[in-house]
Amino acid sequence: MAYFNELYSGTKSLFIGMGITIKEFFKPVVTLQYPHESLTMTARFRGHIELVRDLESGGNKCIVCGMCQKACPSGCITGNGEKREGVKGKVLTEYTLDFTKCSLCGMCVESCKPAAIQFSKDYNLAGPSREAYIYDLLKRLEEQK
Amino acid sequence: MTTELIRLLAFLVGIIAFAALNAAYLVWVERKGAAHFQRRIGPKEVGPYGLLQPLADGAKLMSKQLLIPDGVDPILFKIAPLMVLVPAVMSFVTIPFGEHLAARNIDLGLLMVFAFASINVLGLLLGSWGSANKYAVIAAARVISQNIAYEIPMLLTAIALVMATNTMNLNEMVSLQGGGFWHWNLIKLTFTASPLTPIAFLIFFTTMLAETNRAPFDMAEAESELVAGSFTEYSGMGFGVFFMGEYANIVIGAALTTVLFLGGWQSPLPFLPNSVVWFLMKMYVIIFTVVWIRWTFPRTQFYALLNLSWKVLIPISLVNLIVTAGWLKVF
Repeated sequence: MAYFNELYSGTKSLFIGMGITIKEFFKPVVTLQYPHESLTMTARFRGHIELVRDLESGGNKCIVCGMCQKACPSGCITGNGEKREGVKGKVLTEYTLDFTKCSLCGMCVESCKPAAIQFSKDYNLAGPSREAYIYDLLKRLEEQK
Repeated sequence: MTTELIRLLAFLVGIIAFAALNAAYLVWVERKGAAHFQRRIGPKEVGPYGLLQPLADGAKLMSKQLLIPDGVDPILFKIAPLMVLVPAVMSFVTIPFGEHLAARNIDLGLLMVFAFASINVLGLLLGSWGSANKYAVIAAARVISQNIAYEIPMLLTAIALVMATNTMNLNEMVSLQGGGFWHWNLIKLTFTASPLTPIAFLIFFTTMLAETNRAPFDMAEAESELVAGSFTEYSGMGFGVFFMGEYANIVIGAALTTVLFLGGWQSPLPFLPNSVVWFLMKMYVIIFTVVWIRWTFPRTQFYALLNLSWKVLIPISLVNLIVTAGWLKVF
């Protein structure tokens, strides 16, 4: 009798299993077709830093105080500015990030008084050389227009 | 004479085309099925819905080098893939796709299909032995013992069916199942021959899976334990032919199940015309079920596999045989 019980419960379990898989078969697919579509990153995601666009002037908000450069423990950031005729304060002329050394600690973002830098949402990065990861953020901001 | 020759050629070309097309597109069905059971999309890049994927796969397999390693038996190694594919294609000769659509309406059609079905295993054995690879030899030993174990219940259920229908001619067997789905052997024999017929159907289906070396009975391949089992040393089209043979065998198994239990080309309702479409529909439902089973159950342990056959399937199919005999005698 135990033999038949085992047979019955065994067969039944097979059909239950098949029932589960056929239900999954008709459910919508959950995979993301990666190169064609990609996820939007969450608000607190930390990509490499980028310059924040100043909505009034259309340029950057940087005052070239050099705080981020000093705050960076790895020395990734190189910034430079110059004095221009008729413009108050300094104008940013160079802002380079060496992402190969960056550990995404966020000290630069934290130290920035005018909130001129922020974490970008770029995550699908790949490049043929080390130099591909030395970003000219000023140029990047201009290109994003 | 000439019409006979043309007929022969037409069926030869037709059968080979049908077998090859099925082998190619069942891979697509398999991959799509697997994907959707796991809630993925599956092949989608090559052509619409990935429909050109089999062609790409074929081109790839054909362009690969057919490597013959040192130490293999050169004759057996080359013959083996054909020994898996050719019998499967041969079996198509007697399968009645439609009322008048069969290459040869042989009186011993069922016997012929079974006879050719067992050559497939011989091919796997010779290929494995010829490739002089320990994994392949282990796989061969498994396939043989599995095949011996599963051929018996398969034949026993088939014998019970033959006793009840009194014919081995596949087309005649289908003709006897005409007039609606309640005349199909699956249901009809439950009343006239043996109340165990649905169970016989399950046994037949299970053994069909085992005979075609499909998951969860794919001991011949068992990639997680035996690299690729019998196919370990095969590359390029050698493997491709094995693969085609495997899928052709699945088509044969599904076609046979359709003919024996599900009324072949007979329509399920009496007012609908009989046609080859019904046959194909039933066959592909069975094939889909085979794919469905593959992506539902894990591979059984080898001992469990033999236990299932010797302790469950064979006793029950014997009981089915005796009950059928008794039923026929009494009623």
